[in-house]
Amino acid sequence: MHARYTWRTLLREASLILLALVFLVPLVGLLNVSLKPQDSQTGALAFAFPPTFDNYGAAWNQAALGAALANSFLITIVSVVLIIALAAMAAYPLARVTRGWSRYTFFFVIGGLLIPGQLALLPLYATMRDLDLLGSLWSVILINVGQQMPFSVFLYTMFLRELPLDYEEAALLDGCGPLRSFVTVVFPLLRPVTGTVVILNAVGIWNEFFTPLLYLGGSDNTTAPVAIYGFVSQYVSQWPLIFAGLVISVIPILVVYFALQKHIIKGFAGGLKG
Amino acid sequence: MALPHATTTPPDVREPAFQPPRGTRARHKVGVRAPWWFVVPAISIYLFVVVVPSARGALFSFTDWNGLRPDWSFVGLDNYASVFSDRTARDALVNTLVLAAVAMVVQNVVGLLLALGVNSMVKSRYVLRVIFFAPVVLTPLVAGYVWSFLLSPNGAINEALHAVGLGGLAHDWLGDPDTALYAIVLEIVWQFAGYSMVIYLAGLQAIPAEVLEAATIDGAGPWSKFRRVVLPLLNGAVVINVMLCLIGGLKQFDQVMAMTGGGPGTATETISTAIYKSAFSLGDFPFSIALAVVMTVVIAVLAAVQFRLTQRKVS
Repeated sequence: MHARYTWRTLLREASLILLALVFLVPLVGLLNVSLKPQDSQTGALAFAFPPTFDNYGAAWNQAALGAALANSFLITIVSVVLIIALAAMAAYPLARVTRGWSRYTFFFVIGGLLIPGQLALLPLYATMRDLDLLGSLWSVILINVGQQMPFSVFLYTMFLRELPLDYEEAALLDGCGPLRSFVTVVFPLLRPVTGTVVILNAVGIWNEFFTPLLYLGGSDNTTAPVAIYGFVSQYVSQWPLIFAGLVISVIPILVVYFALQKHIIKGFAGGLKG
Repeated sequence: MALPHATTTPPDVREPAFQPPRGTRARHKVGVRAPWWFVVPAISIYLFVVVVPSARGALFSFTDWNGLRPDWSFVGLDNYASVFSDRTARDALVNTLVLAAVAMVVQNVVGLLLALGVNSMVKSRYVLRVIFFAPVVLTPLVAGYVWSFLLSPNGAINEALHAVGLGGLAHDWLGDPDTALYAIVLEIVWQFAGYSMVIYLAGLQAIPAEVLEAATIDGAGPWSKFRRVVLPLLNGAVVINVMLCLIGGLKQFDQVMAMTGGGPGTATETISTAIYKSAFSLGDFPFSIALAVVMTVVIAVLAAVQFRLTQRKVS
């Protein structure tokens, strides 16, 4: 790692930068087209000049994006909070009780990683319908929490196994019950892995299309991707208008990404390396 | 080399064969109690959302359950017979396997190259990582729409081909059954190469510098260093990446819905889009649920094969 910056490195750097620009084309194109007038006939690569923000107002109103974004926020936040609470709690005995039932329970839970959601799809849909939860945000929240449980429990358990017992013992000697020592001592120690769990789940749930399409499609309670799906099929090929809607729907996630990119990139890598 | 004590002292039969290191058992006795009921909420919701409906799905695939009536009767393998004799379902199965396989290979190669590129001395590596990773967080549906625009007959891709004098290659990429599936693969690789890159990057950074220095001293060139030192040490990252790409590719839904809706014809139909359509457009629940079981079996088999292959590689 003490090599010098040679002309070879320069060449590599130049080609990587070129590639990065190519990578950015779709994102720049998305923004660019959204700033063109609605009847614009200029090609995809022609820059929008002068830019217009008219599409944004129109898309915001016509796609009812405000309500959809609010639902996306609500679903994401409630799901992630529940996932963290339940997965961290479950991982505690799974990591600490080292023989007997907890081993089997652990494998039983992470076995869920291999089951595609499509297998459960129709019976679950029928159950939600019978419980009168179609069109309710709770159906999507429940499904998110259940489906993300295997992976989140897995991450928490692996992390906890590496965590020394000293702090918990100290808490115990100070007279803490198990619940209190979990909440005040163990959970704060899980912060690094909690960060990973939050990032992975928040990105996944915010972007999720299939479940909300199925359970919320056609109701008043849609999420951003579902609203966009309906909006696009309604305004086929009015690209400037559509793209303004797309930009609005991805601004929250992209803002979060660019603000926290360092942690997010680390979280993805760390979480998946186990 | 034998340990000096092992041969001189006969083993004491009264001693248990294995004793945990002194301290651990005693420490457990101090009473760090993790109550079993902590798992109950998580397990309940997991049972409710994943396990029970999946088991019912597997069971219902042998019945004529139509999702509405509570009553149903067994029909044996009829649903499977109709799945395998149905052209759309067979096309979907083949498309899904091709898409998953091609995307897996290309995404891993690109991801590894990107990781090697941004891991080295280049000065802009932090900015480059952020850019290459950005598509990962973008909503897949939205990314699909953007690419369907870029790939359209008047889109940026064709415009760029004309601009560099390759106008002859311009094409209706998503409208041609021969290219539509690969156009979707292109989008998937663009979107998720950054994901593979980050995992490879984590693997690369775990390789101790001394190992590479030792290889250099032994006279290894860049290629043989990569082939004989770096790649074997990246095995863990390869396993994770291949697994993720494979499972992700086999479940592919969002981008297909955004870019082609499964068309033209059945050229880009995947198992997921076929399941969705047969259940919710055609109302054929038995067919849809049998197709879902087929998909589960395909994923399980491929995961097992991959596990076997990589296990052998490790040992």
